[in-house]
Amino acid sequence: MNKTVNPNDLTSNDDNGPLYVAQKKVYPQSVSGTFRRIKWGLMAFCLGVYYFLPFVRWNRGIGAPSQAVLIDLPNSRFYFFFIELWPQEIYYFTGLLIVAAVALFLMNSVGGRIWCGYLCPQTVWTDLFYAVERLVEGDRRERMKKDKSSDPMKLERISEIVLKHSIWLLIAWWTGGAWVLYFNDAPTLVKELVTFQAPMIAYIWIGILTATTYVLAGFMREQVCTYMCPWPRIQAALTDEWALNVTYRYDRGEKRTSVKKAIELRALGEHVGDCVDCYQCVAVCPTGIDIRNGPQLECIQCGLCIDACDNVMTKIGRPKRLIGYDNDINIQRRQEGKAPVYRIVRARTVAYSAIIAAVGGIMIYTLATRSLLDVNVLHDRNPVAVRLSDGSIRNAYTVRLLNKSGYDRVIAIDANGPANLTTHVVGIDSVTPDRPMIVIPRDSTSELRLLVTAPAESNPEKSVPVLFHVTDIGLGEVATATDNFVSP
Amino acid sequence: MTDHHGDIDSVTGKSTTGHEWDGIKELNTPLPRWWVISFYLTIVWAIGYWIVYPAWPLISSNTTGLFGYSSRADVAVELANLEKVRGDKVAALGAASLADIEKDPALLALARAKGKTVFGDNCAPCHGSGGAGAKGFPNLNDDDWLWGGTLDQIMQTIQFGARSGHAKAHEGQMLAFGKDGVLKGDEIVTVANYVRSLSGLSTRKGFDAAKGEKIFAENCIACHGDGGKGNPEMGAPNLTDKIWLYGSDEASLIETISQGRAGVMPAWEGRLDPATIKAMAVYVHSLGGGK
Ligand code: SF4
Ligand code: SF4
Repeated sequence: MNKTVNPNDLTSNDDNGPLYVAQKKVYPQSVSGTFRRIKWGLMAFCLGVYYFLPFVRWNRGIGAPSQAVLIDLPNSRFYFFFIELWPQEIYYFTGLLIVAAVALFLMNSVGGRIWCGYLCPQTVWTDLFYAVERLVEGDRRERMKKDKSSDPMKLERISEIVLKHSIWLLIAWWTGGAWVLYFNDAPTLVKELVTFQAPMIAYIWIGILTATTYVLAGFMREQVCTYMCPWPRIQAALTDEWALNVTYRYDRGEKRTSVKKAIELRALGEHVGDCVDCYQCVAVCPTGIDIRNGPQLECIQCGLCIDACDNVMTKIGRPKRLIGYDNDINIQRRQEGKAPVYRIVRARTVAYSAIIAAVGGIMIYTLATRSLLDVNVLHDRNPVAVRLSDGSIRNAYTVRLLNKSGYDRVIAIDANGPANLTTHVVGIDSVTPDRPMIVIPRDSTSELRLLVTAPAESNPEKSVPVLFHVTDIGLGEVATATDNFVSP
Repeated sequence: MTDHHGDIDSVTGKSTTGHEWDGIKELNTPLPRWWVISFYLTIVWAIGYWIVYPAWPLISSNTTGLFGYSSRADVAVELANLEKVRGDKVAALGAASLADIEKDPALLALARAKGKTVFGDNCAPCHGSGGAGAKGFPNLNDDDWLWGGTLDQIMQTIQFGARSGHAKAHEGQMLAFGKDGVLKGDEIVTVANYVRSLSGLSTRKGFDAAKGEKIFAENCIACHGDGGKGNPEMGAPNLTDKIWLYGSDEASLIETISQGRAGVMPAWEGRLDPATIKAMAVYVHSLGGGK
């Protein structure tokens, strides 16, 4: 039977509960090692791409933007190196999002929160801000001492704080600045920005991103990961027992003892753990947790505790990786005296890779075979057909021609149907009456009203298919569309 | 911050709320302070919103808010801005001649787009949203025009209308030959059949073509012309083609001849500005029936 709860207990408890807790300040210590090096490398790469990509040029010919990556909102174009996307092709972004999401799942099933620990913007910028903080105010101990100091308002201290926040704001401002460069020609915009000629919206966006970067990376830090980000909770549902996570190998670490005692006990032939309870793993942790308590929501799996503990192990002459990438299965197996197993190729990872390959393949294929000439046809609905005074029947269509190439094209339109259809484009006196020709300027669309007429004696059926051929007179490239020719 | 009766969870070392279900106790995990503060701030923000913006419905109106903001006023401002932005283009439309508009792709596109919306607002009730017409209301997509189908003629008809009361309106009507006692019943039937024969439609058995021709010559040629080809000066339709405004069957024709016809097209001058009327003329012409 369940133990019943006395309602009075509940209320009395509720009234006394703390409503909130203040943010506990974390003072991560600097550390060196494999994972720290990986993190520095990835940080340099990510920030380098983000800050400098808008300045990379790409020659698309005269009149077209020469920025390699550009989101041209006023003209609804997206440029990515040799790729130029039109609004109709927005599905490429859907594909990209699918690939990105599944790639995240794949990372997760292989090595846990790789994204959180190494690639997430929140992690990257927070890490950068910590580096600045360390440079200005010193390492963990110094910072803790300075914060605790009873006389904090010395000139030296104030100048330190001002310097730190200035550098932070500078980075934050540059972050916002780089963002707007993706939406306009970067060198021009930079000039406009410094001469205060840039559009208001650019300054507003820089302001917003400066503020968010400064607040999120300077103050919110690990709180973003723990309380604001949904991903830790989602990934908890995605992970399985084979995924490698930053793990304290308690089978090896327990029972914790001091260095001296451990040597003594080992000499007596007794079992002792490798953990010397030095708290180095806690000191370096940017989220301020103790990984030895097992997997935790707060752990972003940055691997810094691995580096910290490895350094300790090297110093005391024990094997490295008391903390390492591992899974719970192996801890169990080692305790049972079995060899650990690592399995990266398994149903889950194969499935994710297959999805990535399939979606990526489709995208590459469609991109490669993408046509630079397109035609969309829309039949007039009201009226669908018109009888002319001589008894012939005419249907009207709205034809939209897309010239995605970088040059002007001369286009001929034919309608191929059952009877001797004649074609006429409103507004064009064509030399070839049945095959109207029109120039479409490069990188643009033209909407035409196309009238197709069947002679009185042809008597077409109620509804017959017509095939529209749009031919580039110069290059011979053809685009087609089908619709129906309707009789009243 | 208080711990509850010193009730500490042995595994995590955290205090509990004292709530227990099925032997599982709830850990006391308070929210971070900034989180709680943000929550209260949203409440304050919401109250501010109620005061500053129109929010509370009253019986027949609503609170208007401190700044008198309303989305309706916003729309008015936006429309005014739009008008300003389009100013140049509309001016160009007003300045260009009708023929030039059709030759300039940009102006043509503008005129067609503008004409289409204005047509939908003003003309669609009679002519249908696509200009398909109905009995008594001409189809504007075909090439049969009562008052002429050139750009200028279309423009003129839109400007002044037909039998609209405007001084420059098209005038002229189909007389009521039966009602006014000009023709007798059997004569009307005969001439109706004769008119059908003009456009190659079948005629009643025993119909006297010669008599029909004679009646037609005496009464109808004045308006519809020799051979019934019509006359756009008077709005007299061509009777030899395949298009019939009021129907081509014998009964409809008898009704037309007996009662007469005088459909009214309102004048749009004064109601719409000249550039808009121009745009509409170009739009109607581009529907495909224009000459
Ligand atoms: S516990 Fe280790 S891996 Fe997890 S966040 Fe802290 S330092 Fe990084
Ligand atoms: S760094 Fe390694 S040895 Fe030191 S407390 Fe952490 S796990 Fe134990």
